[in-house]
Amino acid sequence: MPGLAIDLNIYPDETALLEALKAGDTHACACMVKHHGNQMYAVALRIVGDSDEAEEVVQEAFISACSKVDSFEGRSKLSTWLYRITTNAALMRLRKQRGDTVSLDEPQLMEEGDLVPRQLGDWQMEPSQEALTTELRQVMDEAVQGLNPTLRAAFVLRDIQGLSTEEAAAALDISESALKVRLHRARLQLRESLADYLAGGKEEARL
Amino acid sequence: MSDHAHDHTTCHDLLGSLSDYIDGALENALCIEIETHMAECENCQVVVDTLRKTVLLYRDLPPEPMPADVEERLFKRMELSEYLTTV
Repeated sequence: MPGLAIDLNIYPDETALLEALKAGDTHACACMVKHHGNQMYAVALRIVGDSDEAEEVVQEAFISACSKVDSFEGRSKLSTWLYRITTNAALMRLRKQRGDTVSLDEPQLMEEGDLVPRQLGDWQMEPSQEALTTELRQVMDEAVQGLNPTLRAAFVLRDIQGLSTEEAAAALDISESALKVRLHRARLQLRESLADYLAGGKEEARL
Repeated sequence: MSDHAHDHTTCHDLLGSLSDYIDGALENALCIEIETHMAECENCQVVVDTLRKTVLLYRDLPPEPMPADVEERLFKRMELSEYLTTV
Protein backbone atom coordinates (compact mmCIF):
# COMPACT_ATOMS: atom_id res chain seq x y z
CA MET A 1 0.00 0.00 0.00
CA PRO A 2 1.66 3.23 -1.09
CA GLY A 3 1.69 6.40 0.92
CA LEU A 4 1.79 7.04 4.64
CA ALA A 5 2.09 4.54 7.45
CA ILE A 6 0.70 4.68 10.98
CA ASP A 7 3.12 5.42 13.75
CA LEU A 8 1.23 3.90 16.68
CA ASN A 9 3.54 5.58 19.16
CA ILE A 10 3.00 9.14 18.04
CA TYR A 11 0.38 9.84 20.73
CA PRO A 12 1.85 9.29 24.19
CA ASP A 13 -1.51 8.66 25.84
CA GLU A 14 -5.27 8.56 25.26
CA THR A 15 -5.66 12.25 26.08
CA ALA A 16 -3.26 13.19 23.30
CA LEU A 17 -5.00 10.82 20.90
CA LEU A 18 -8.38 12.33 21.77
CA GLU A 19 -7.13 15.86 21.24
CA ALA A 20 -5.91 14.89 17.79
CA LEU A 21 -9.17 13.09 17.01
CA LYS A 22 -11.18 16.16 17.99
CA ALA A 23 -8.91 18.29 15.80
CA GLY A 24 -9.91 16.09 12.86
CA ASP A 25 -6.51 14.47 12.42
CA THR A 26 -6.92 11.50 10.07
CA HIS A 27 -3.75 9.91 11.40
CA ALA A 28 -5.34 9.84 14.86
CA CYS A 29 -8.44 8.25 13.39
CA ALA A 30 -6.30 5.56 11.76
CA CYS A 31 -4.52 5.02 15.08
CA MET A 32 -7.81 4.53 16.90
CA VAL A 33 -9.00 2.02 14.31
CA LYS A 34 -5.72 0.14 14.44
CA HIS A 35 -5.70 0.06 18.25
CA HIS A 36 -9.33 -0.95 18.78
CA GLY A 37 -10.39 -2.58 15.49
CA ASN A 38 -9.81 -6.17 16.58
CA GLN A 39 -11.79 -5.82 19.81
CA MET A 40 -14.71 -4.11 18.10
CA TYR A 41 -14.78 -6.68 15.31
CA ALA A 42 -14.80 -9.49 17.89
CA VAL A 43 -17.77 -7.97 19.71
CA ALA A 44 -19.67 -7.30 16.49
CA LEU A 45 -19.06 -10.83 15.24
CA ARG A 46 -20.24 -12.39 18.51
CA ILE A 47 -23.38 -10.30 18.65
CA VAL A 48 -24.53 -10.51 15.03
CA GLY A 49 -23.10 -13.99 14.42
CA ASP A 50 -22.14 -13.39 10.80
CA SER A 51 -18.83 -12.14 9.41
CA ASP A 52 -20.31 -9.99 6.61
CA GLU A 53 -22.73 -8.34 9.02
CA ALA A 54 -19.96 -7.84 11.57
CA GLU A 55 -17.84 -6.11 8.95
CA GLU A 56 -20.69 -3.69 8.20
CA VAL A 57 -21.21 -3.06 11.90
CA VAL A 58 -17.56 -2.23 12.50
CA GLN A 59 -17.47 0.12 9.52
CA GLU A 60 -20.59 1.93 10.70
CA ALA A 61 -19.28 2.09 14.25
CA PHE A 62 -15.89 3.58 13.43
CA ILE A 63 -17.31 6.06 10.93
CA SER A 64 -19.78 7.12 13.58
CA ALA A 65 -17.07 7.33 16.26
CA CYS A 66 -14.82 9.52 14.12
CA SER A 67 -17.67 11.83 13.15
CA LYS A 68 -19.02 12.36 16.67
CA VAL A 69 -15.87 12.25 18.72
CA ASP A 70 -16.63 15.82 19.85
CA SER A 71 -19.50 14.44 21.89
CA PHE A 72 -17.20 12.08 23.79
CA GLU A 73 -16.57 13.71 27.13
CA GLY A 74 -13.84 11.37 28.27
CA ARG A 75 -15.67 10.18 31.37
CA SER A 76 -15.04 6.58 30.38
CA LYS A 77 -12.14 4.99 28.57
CA LEU A 78 -12.14 5.45 24.80
CA SER A 79 -12.51 1.68 24.42
CA THR A 80 -15.68 1.67 26.57
CA TRP A 81 -17.16 4.41 24.39
CA LEU A 82 -16.27 2.45 21.25
CA TYR A 83 -17.77 -0.73 22.70
CA ARG A 84 -20.96 1.22 23.30
CA ILE A 85 -21.15 2.49 19.72
CA THR A 86 -20.29 -0.93 18.28
CA THR A 87 -22.74 -2.80 20.51
CA ASN A 88 -25.52 -0.36 19.63
CA ALA A 89 -24.76 -0.71 15.93
CA ALA A 90 -24.79 -4.50 16.23
CA LEU A 91 -28.09 -4.59 18.12
CA MET A 92 -29.66 -2.11 15.67
CA ARG A 93 -28.64 -4.34 12.80
CA LEU A 94 -30.25 -7.38 14.43
CA ARG A 95 -33.39 -5.36 15.01
CA LYS A 96 -33.53 -4.33 11.35
CA GLN A 97 -32.89 -7.89 10.18
CA ARG A 98 -35.81 -9.17 12.18
CA GLY A 99 -38.06 -6.23 11.46
CA ASP A 100 -38.80 -6.38 15.15
CA THR A 101 -41.32 -4.16 16.71
CA VAL A 102 -40.35 -5.77 19.99
CA SER A 103 -37.63 -3.83 21.78
CA LEU A 104 -34.35 -5.62 22.21
CA ASP A 105 -33.35 -3.17 24.90
CA GLU A 106 -34.92 -5.07 27.74
CA PRO A 107 -34.83 -8.83 28.05
CA GLN A 108 -38.19 -10.46 27.85
CA LEU A 109 -39.51 -11.32 31.26
CA MET A 110 -39.00 -14.95 31.88
CA GLU A 111 -40.96 -17.34 33.97
CA GLU A 112 -39.05 -18.09 37.12
CA GLY A 113 -38.84 -21.71 36.04
CA ASP A 114 -36.83 -20.73 32.95
CA LEU A 115 -33.86 -19.98 35.14
CA VAL A 116 -33.99 -23.19 37.13
CA PRO A 117 -31.07 -25.49 36.30
CA ARG A 118 -32.30 -28.65 34.64
CA GLN A 119 -29.01 -30.26 33.67
CA LEU A 120 -27.45 -31.64 36.85
CA GLY A 121 -24.87 -34.10 35.52
CA ASP A 122 -21.22 -33.33 36.19
CA TRP A 123 -18.92 -32.47 33.28
CA GLN A 124 -16.01 -34.79 32.69
CA MET A 125 -13.61 -32.12 31.53
CA GLU A 126 -11.41 -29.37 32.80
CA PRO A 127 -11.61 -26.01 31.09
CA SER A 128 -8.38 -25.55 29.21
CA GLN A 129 -7.13 -24.72 25.77
CA GLU A 130 -6.75 -28.44 25.07
CA ALA A 131 -10.42 -29.00 25.78
CA LEU A 132 -11.39 -26.55 23.08
CA THR A 133 -11.97 -28.96 20.25
CA THR A 134 -13.48 -27.68 17.03
CA GLU A 135 -16.70 -29.42 17.94
CA LEU A 136 -16.88 -27.81 21.37
CA ARG A 137 -16.09 -24.42 19.87
CA GLN A 138 -19.03 -24.85 17.54
CA VAL A 139 -21.31 -25.84 20.41
CA MET A 140 -20.14 -22.78 22.35
CA ASP A 141 -20.71 -20.45 19.38
CA GLU A 142 -24.19 -21.82 18.77
CA ALA A 143 -25.04 -21.49 22.45
CA VAL A 144 -24.13 -17.78 22.40
CA GLN A 145 -26.24 -17.26 19.27
CA GLY A 146 -29.13 -18.92 21.09
CA LEU A 147 -29.24 -16.15 23.69
CA ASN A 148 -31.58 -13.18 23.55
CA PRO A 149 -29.50 -10.38 21.94
CA THR A 150 -29.50 -8.21 25.07
CA LEU A 151 -28.30 -11.10 27.23
CA ARG A 152 -25.78 -11.96 24.52
CA ALA A 153 -24.36 -8.44 24.46
CA ALA A 154 -23.89 -8.44 28.24
CA PHE A 155 -22.18 -11.84 28.16
CA VAL A 156 -19.93 -11.01 25.20
CA LEU A 157 -18.68 -7.78 26.76
CA ARG A 158 -18.16 -9.13 30.26
CA ASP A 159 -17.10 -12.74 29.82
CA ILE A 160 -15.63 -12.95 26.31
CA GLN A 161 -14.09 -9.49 25.96
CA GLY A 162 -13.24 -9.40 29.65
CA LEU A 163 -14.63 -5.96 30.50
CA SER A 164 -15.24 -5.22 34.16
CA THR A 165 -18.83 -5.08 35.41
CA GLU A 166 -18.54 -1.27 35.53
CA GLU A 167 -17.21 -1.02 31.96
CA ALA A 168 -19.72 -3.49 30.51
CA ALA A 169 -22.59 -1.66 32.23
CA ALA A 170 -21.31 1.67 30.88
CA ALA A 171 -20.97 0.22 27.37
CA LEU A 172 -24.59 -0.95 27.49
CA ASP A 173 -25.79 2.20 29.26
CA ILE A 174 -27.42 0.21 32.03
CA SER A 175 -26.84 -0.03 35.78
CA GLU A 176 -24.32 -2.48 37.17
CA SER A 177 -27.11 -4.42 38.87
CA ALA A 178 -29.00 -4.72 35.56
CA LEU A 179 -25.78 -5.90 33.89
CA LYS A 180 -25.34 -8.56 36.56
CA VAL A 181 -28.89 -9.83 36.10
CA ARG A 182 -28.41 -10.14 32.33
CA LEU A 183 -25.03 -11.76 32.74
CA HIS A 184 -26.35 -14.31 35.21
CA ARG A 185 -29.28 -15.22 32.97
CA ALA A 186 -26.93 -15.59 30.02
CA ARG A 187 -24.54 -17.80 31.97
CA LEU A 188 -27.31 -20.05 33.26
CA GLN A 189 -28.71 -20.51 29.77
CA LEU A 190 -25.25 -21.19 28.30
CA ARG A 191 -24.56 -23.72 31.06
CA GLU A 192 -27.69 -25.60 30.05
CA SER A 193 -26.71 -25.50 26.37
CA LEU A 194 -23.16 -26.72 27.01
CA ALA A 195 -24.40 -29.42 29.39
CA ASP A 196 -26.26 -31.04 26.51
CA TYR A 197 -22.83 -31.66 25.01
CA LEU A 198 -20.47 -31.90 27.99
CA ALA A 199 -22.56 -33.92 30.41
CA GLY A 200 -22.99 -36.56 27.72
CA GLY A 201 -26.72 -36.95 28.07
CA LYS A 202 -26.64 -37.73 31.74
CA GLU A 203 -29.66 -37.49 33.94
CA GLU A 204 -31.72 -34.36 33.93
CA ALA A 205 -33.47 -33.27 37.05
CA ARG A 206 -34.90 -30.26 38.73
CA LEU A 207 -33.50 -28.67 41.82
CA MET B 1 -31.64 -37.09 42.05
CA SER B 2 -34.25 -38.80 44.14
CA ASP B 3 -32.20 -38.80 47.35
CA HIS B 4 -32.20 -35.02 47.29
CA ALA B 5 -34.17 -34.66 50.47
CA HIS B 6 -33.49 -31.20 51.87
CA ASP B 7 -35.61 -28.12 51.41
CA HIS B 8 -35.38 -27.05 47.76
CA THR B 9 -36.31 -23.51 48.64
CA THR B 10 -32.70 -22.90 49.66
CA CYS B 11 -31.45 -23.90 46.18
CA HIS B 12 -33.87 -21.43 44.58
CA ASP B 13 -32.99 -18.67 47.02
CA LEU B 14 -29.27 -19.03 46.38
CA LEU B 15 -29.47 -19.48 42.61
CA GLY B 16 -29.58 -15.75 41.85
CA SER B 17 -26.33 -15.16 43.75
CA LEU B 18 -24.23 -17.83 42.08
CA SER B 19 -22.69 -15.61 39.39
CA ASP B 20 -21.57 -13.09 41.99
CA TYR B 21 -20.28 -16.02 44.04
CA ILE B 22 -18.08 -17.44 41.28
CA ASP B 23 -16.91 -13.91 40.38
CA GLY B 24 -15.80 -13.35 43.97
CA ALA B 25 -18.17 -10.39 44.14
CA LEU B 26 -20.44 -11.65 46.89
CA GLU B 27 -20.45 -10.50 50.48
CA ASN B 28 -18.87 -12.89 52.93
CA ALA B 29 -22.00 -13.86 54.83
CA LEU B 30 -23.73 -15.03 51.64
CA CYS B 31 -20.61 -16.94 50.54
CA ILE B 32 -20.70 -18.85 53.80
CA GLU B 33 -24.40 -19.53 53.33
CA ILE B 34 -23.77 -20.91 49.84
CA GLU B 35 -20.84 -23.03 50.96
CA THR B 36 -22.74 -24.42 53.93
CA HIS B 37 -25.62 -25.31 51.63
CA MET B 38 -23.35 -26.84 48.97
CA ALA B 39 -21.72 -29.10 51.56
CA GLU B 40 -24.98 -31.01 51.73
CA CYS B 41 -26.44 -30.38 48.26
CA GLU B 42 -24.85 -32.29 45.42
CA ASN B 43 -27.03 -30.58 42.81
CA CYS B 44 -25.88 -27.11 43.81
CA GLN B 45 -22.25 -28.28 43.85
CA VAL B 46 -22.66 -29.39 40.25
CA VAL B 47 -24.42 -26.18 39.22
CA VAL B 48 -21.69 -24.01 40.75
CA ASP B 49 -18.91 -26.16 39.28
CA THR B 50 -20.39 -26.25 35.78
CA LEU B 51 -21.36 -22.57 35.85
CA ARG B 52 -17.74 -21.76 36.69
CA LYS B 53 -16.53 -24.07 33.89
CA THR B 54 -18.92 -22.37 31.46
CA VAL B 55 -17.42 -18.96 32.23
CA LEU B 56 -13.85 -20.26 32.08
CA LEU B 57 -14.41 -21.96 28.73
CA TYR B 58 -15.52 -18.68 27.15
CA ARG B 59 -12.83 -16.64 28.90
CA ASP B 60 -10.20 -19.02 27.52
CA LEU B 61 -11.30 -18.56 23.92
CA PRO B 62 -8.35 -17.31 21.91
CA PRO B 63 -8.86 -13.79 20.52
CA GLU B 64 -10.05 -13.68 16.94
CA PRO B 65 -8.41 -10.74 15.21
CA MET B 66 -10.08 -8.97 12.33
CA PRO B 67 -9.06 -10.69 9.08
CA ALA B 68 -6.62 -8.65 6.97
CA ASP B 69 -9.08 -8.19 4.10
CA VAL B 70 -11.76 -6.91 6.52
CA GLU B 71 -9.28 -4.43 7.98
CA GLU B 72 -8.27 -3.32 4.49
CA ARG B 73 -11.88 -2.65 3.50
CA LEU B 74 -12.50 -0.85 6.80
CA PHE B 75 -9.58 1.53 6.17
CA LYS B 76 -10.72 2.02 2.59
CA ARG B 77 -14.32 2.81 3.60
CA MET B 78 -12.98 5.36 6.09
CA GLU B 79 -10.72 6.85 3.44
CA LEU B 80 -7.72 5.88 5.51
CA SER B 81 -6.11 3.40 3.10
CA GLU B 82 -2.89 5.38 3.10
CA TYR B 83 -2.46 4.51 6.77
CA LEU B 84 -2.99 0.77 6.43
CA THR B 85 0.60 -0.12 7.20
CA THR B 86 2.29 0.55 10.50
CA VAL B 87 5.87 1.70 11.08
